[in-house]
Amino acid sequence: MSETTQMTATKPSLVQGLRARRAKKRHEASLGRSAAATLSSKPGQILVYLLVFLWTIPTFGIFISSFRPEIDVKTSGWWNWFADPGLTLDNYRSVLSSGPGQDDLWTFFLNSVRITVPSVILSVGLGLMAAYALSWMKFRGRDWIFVGIVGLLMVPLQMALIPMLQLFSGGAHIGSVTIFPDLDLTGEVYGVWLAHTAFGLPLVVFILRNFVAALPRDIFEAARVDGAGHLTIFLRLVVPLSVPAVASVSIFQFMWIWNDYLIALIFAGRENAPIVRQLATLTGTRGQSYHLLTAAGMISMIVPVAVFFALQRYFVRGLLAGAVKG
Amino acid sequence: MGDIVSALVITVIALAALAALLGAMYWVVGRLPKKWREGARAWVFLFPSAVAVTIGLLVPAIRTIYLSLLDDNGNKFVGFENYVDVFTTTGTRLTVFNSLSWVLIGTIATVAVGLAMARFADGMRIESAAKSAIFLPGAISLVGTGLIWGFVYAGPPFDVGLLNAVTEGIPGLPDSWGGGGDRLWLLERGFGGVDPPDSAPGVNTFLLIVVFIWAQAGISTVIFSAAIKGVPDSLIEAAKVDGATDQQTFYRVTLPYIRSTIVTVATLTTVAGLKAFDIVAATTGGRFGTSTIANEFYVTRFVQGRSGVGATLAVLIFILVIPVMILNRRAQARAEEMMGG
Repeated sequence: MSETTQMTATKPSLVQGLRARRAKKRHEASLGRSAAATLSSKPGQILVYLLVFLWTIPTFGIFISSFRPEIDVKTSGWWNWFADPGLTLDNYRSVLSSGPGQDDLWTFFLNSVRITVPSVILSVGLGLMAAYALSWMKFRGRDWIFVGIVGLLMVPLQMALIPMLQLFSGGAHIGSVTIFPDLDLTGEVYGVWLAHTAFGLPLVVFILRNFVAALPRDIFEAARVDGAGHLTIFLRLVVPLSVPAVASVSIFQFMWIWNDYLIALIFAGRENAPIVRQLATLTGTRGQSYHLLTAAGMISMIVPVAVFFALQRYFVRGLLAGAVKG
Repeated sequence: MGDIVSALVITVIALAALAALLGAMYWVVGRLPKKWREGARAWVFLFPSAVAVTIGLLVPAIRTIYLSLLDDNGNKFVGFENYVDVFTTTGTRLTVFNSLSWVLIGTIATVAVGLAMARFADGMRIESAAKSAIFLPGAISLVGTGLIWGFVYAGPPFDVGLLNAVTEGIPGLPDSWGGGGDRLWLLERGFGGVDPPDSAPGVNTFLLIVVFIWAQAGISTVIFSAAIKGVPDSLIEAAKVDGATDQQTFYRVTLPYIRSTIVTVATLTTVAGLKAFDIVAATTGGRFGTSTIANEFYVTRFVQGRSGVGATLAVLIFILVIPVMILNRRAQARAEEMMGG
């Protein structure tokens, strides 16, 4: 992040930047050694380059492969592309085309959108409401409820899957009394929304409450003096002021839900499967069609990778907010 | 296109209906006597989340514990029989062992790579690009990650895997180490001519752990990088003035300063390792001795339909997660005390 500011600073006047850097170096030399510059020693730098190489090569390989003709993908490693370049979009065309016997990945791509967007809106919207109530409304047991919700962060997803699926497919009954109706949500997209919302909420509430509770008390008091009720304060003050936190949490949730496999596998039906689940299915059923798998893999990655590059800053912020406290 | 439009309309209607319901409730509780109004309004804000986590997490978790004490059909109470089963059956015992290997190797390596990146990339000209490169796999689904590495490990009939090409290129490497260049890396457990007994993980499990490390290292790098940049310059400079070398400064000042962050990253990775499902399911499906507790949970409950043992495996993950979380909490609390907060 400091690199980006540095880059924008040096670009307009490269010479000035260079001069400044040289001056900084001289300054450091006179001090003996100083913090930033000397931390990266020569072997350290080599290690960084090595790690970057190792972390890039596998993805780069599948990227190249996805544009190679079928026969090439199946007979030679992707690195041979440099000696024998051949580019084609056939793999993409093939996996995206619809019709009987076709992979029709576009449908599954849209399923991912259909699952992810409402789930993010639901979990973040409801989470923000809860965050406001838990930090600025007075009621008995407030702290206990917050501790309870955060405590649920400890519960692994797997603990909830079996009963939740039973609930979706048969409702809940005590004796003959129905306490939760049989909504027949198995395989429906709504069931997936609810599952993602429930499983995502503890973290969302935790991060957003920390943010909303830290907003200055004065503005709430001023609003109350002006006669604003909770609903007005929430819609006119909390929502706009929380945009940075909401952006981070939304992106975090978006990545999580788009990339999820387990919940989709259990709650989404075959026809509502998101692209990640379909990719896993293809890996199982089309194990011999390497050329198609590369293209399918690239299509499943394009959205999260684009989000990552465009909004990395928010993503990192969300990650740090969620992680640093554990 | 009709599909998308109808899906969009349904989504908007569902969300609007929820908003209208909440608005109506807010209006209704506004008619209550003043004494109860504030509390009731708070509950309007809170209840959707409270209901969701109660129905979606709290009650199911308790029910899973209950199910783990019943037989596989969910009818007869069997006490801790399922737990005994998990630890005495060779297959499930191996999955527990595998999961612990994921946690141990995965966590140590992830923390090490993250620390190395955060330390050595700091101040380099390519710092942010390098960190992005390490972090990028974290944006890819673990299913996609499994696929990507499937191509690295690929073997016959399509001998196009990178690892085979590399081992083939090393002169004098025996076939059993991949020297022939025709190994099916993920499907063979043995290595170097040694076949592990059924109750031990094979080299293929290790190869899956490598994928896990590859996926996790970015998060660890980003968190450590932020922590290292947060070490006050005055501390570093004071150490330098006292004549400490870079290495001494890093080990004696920086590392102790970011101790609680290290615990946090280790916790995150441990929990992720215990829940490891996607990578296994998308590559080997848990066959060839690579299953983990989370994968076995899925297979047992949702493929074989065995409720009791399935629930037991879920509870087992929970039981293993708890002490890690508690240790993390303790470390955080101690760190806050030391910082005077």
